[in-house]
Amino acid sequence: MPGWTISFSYLLASILFILAIRGLASPRTAKNGNLAGIAGMVIAVAATFGSPDVKEYLLILAVLIAGGIIGTFSALKVKMTALPQMIAAFNGLGGLAAVFISLSEVTAGNPTRLESSLGLVIGAIAFSGSMIAFAKLQGLMPARALLLPFRRSINLGLALATVLLCLFFIKEGQTNTFYTLAALSVLLGILLILPIGGADMPVVISILNAYSGWAAVAVGFSLNNILLIITGALVGASGSILSYIMVKAMNRSLLGVMLGGFGAEASTITESENKTLAARAGSPRDAAFIMENATKVIIVPGYGMAAAQAQHVLKEMADDLRQRYDVDVRFAIHPVAGRMPGHMNVLLAEANVPYENVFELEDINREFATADVAYVIGANDITNPLAKTAPDSPIYGMPVLEVEKAKTVFFVKRSLASGYAGVENPLFYADNTIMLYGDAKEVTAEIVSVLEEK
Amino acid sequence: MEIWMLLTIFILACFVGYFVVWGVTPALHSPLMSVSNAISGVIIVGALLTAGNTDAPAAGLLGLIAVFLASVNIFGGFAVSHRMLLMFKKKEKK
Repeated sequence: MPGWTISFSYLLASILFILAIRGLASPRTAKNGNLAGIAGMVIAVAATFGSPDVKEYLLILAVLIAGGIIGTFSALKVKMTALPQMIAAFNGLGGLAAVFISLSEVTAGNPTRLESSLGLVIGAIAFSGSMIAFAKLQGLMPARALLLPFRRSINLGLALATVLLCLFFIKEGQTNTFYTLAALSVLLGILLILPIGGADMPVVISILNAYSGWAAVAVGFSLNNILLIITGALVGASGSILSYIMVKAMNRSLLGVMLGGFGAEASTITESENKTLAARAGSPRDAAFIMENATKVIIVPGYGMAAAQAQHVLKEMADDLRQRYDVDVRFAIHPVAGRMPGHMNVLLAEANVPYENVFELEDINREFATADVAYVIGANDITNPLAKTAPDSPIYGMPVLEVEKAKTVFFVKRSLASGYAGVENPLFYADNTIMLYGDAKEVTAEIVSVLEEK
Repeated sequence: MEIWMLLTIFILACFVGYFVVWGVTPALHSPLMSVSNAISGVIIVGALLTAGNTDAPAAGLLGLIAVFLASVNIFGGFAVSHRMLLMFKKKEKK
């Protein structure tokens, strides 16, 4: 294949990748966007096979197909609730691929040492970090922040050692140094993600997503490959912007999240203050009665809904209220609800909730004032009014859903325990709040059965 | 000169990415992650180039492993995105 056809194919693939992301601007165009992405990938791979640098076909093609079968199979088999860890795992594989490419280049004596080291380090951190995130999300290890003593000094020292080793390798070029560098970066990735707790996962997954992009950029520079540079930059930008959005939605700093330990340290702050107050408990029957007589109900889902698999029964409740009692039912989503960006949206979509009924924080917040009921299911910190009123609270400044403005607020929760941030929620003790204790799915199912009695 | 050309392309691509990604609706942030994750599998191009290197067998083998990993990433990423996007539906007409 002549050189210009390869360049032209790469250009075409780059454009298709941009269109793939562009398609996600609306659910209507998103599927075609994904197809554009697939087309771009087919073109990119086909053109590369035609390049004079590739002298072996059959074996490579066989390996490619084997990987494809495994990837497709696991993607089709995975349950929608296991999606965050699935994405983390795929991300890790991308990072590991970058590691092996860098190793391969150095073994072959490629002179681009700086670029290879960058590809190796970023790829390795993306790999081991994603594996830890996967283990936490899958429940293979505790999701909470795991705090080693002196972890900040250790991480700082390790990061410094990585940089020094990089410089040493660039100067001397010994392959053994490169292998040590690989091991060190893998360790760094593990230690970076260990101290980060479950509810910070949306940020972590976004950052690791960005890393896999930047790793592709580094590999692109070392192979002088424009397609890798362009595509890596797109992915890097995407992950970085998502991290920024997530961090903003928690009013935290990126550095604060990366240093980790959120919640674990703050957990004792307001322990004893509200003990004299009593929260009012209600039954699913009360809740059903109040909601069927309402004009407007806003449902606020959180990670608890995902954990209890309550989205399907929640959709039933919404349908019953809408069809039998003519209630206006809407869903309100906080950007960091769940374990990855957009987690709640996917789960509600899985339960066939039309996306027109699902609203983002800034679009629905003023609606609470005119709502009769706010039904908070498995969420806590994202509704806590202390974020607006208590400057000394760790969640101060975080944008929250103003559920307290509704006439009645229901909290479906197992107990009065504070949320991830370790901050007590004064809303539990408010006059217009009724607590519905129990499993999110069971409580909602009981409400549905009462609604369907008549 | 070569490196400056690549850097220019890189920076411009970052700008394109910046504007395109801000246009993504927040409801589709999960698919955005999986689509961009699949696309980042384009690193397979680099893997193919190193795997196809028959002059250095060791390097070729390492490249081959990378082909496998990136391939799982690509197929899995696109398949999971497709599954997710199929679920986003408009209101059914009565």
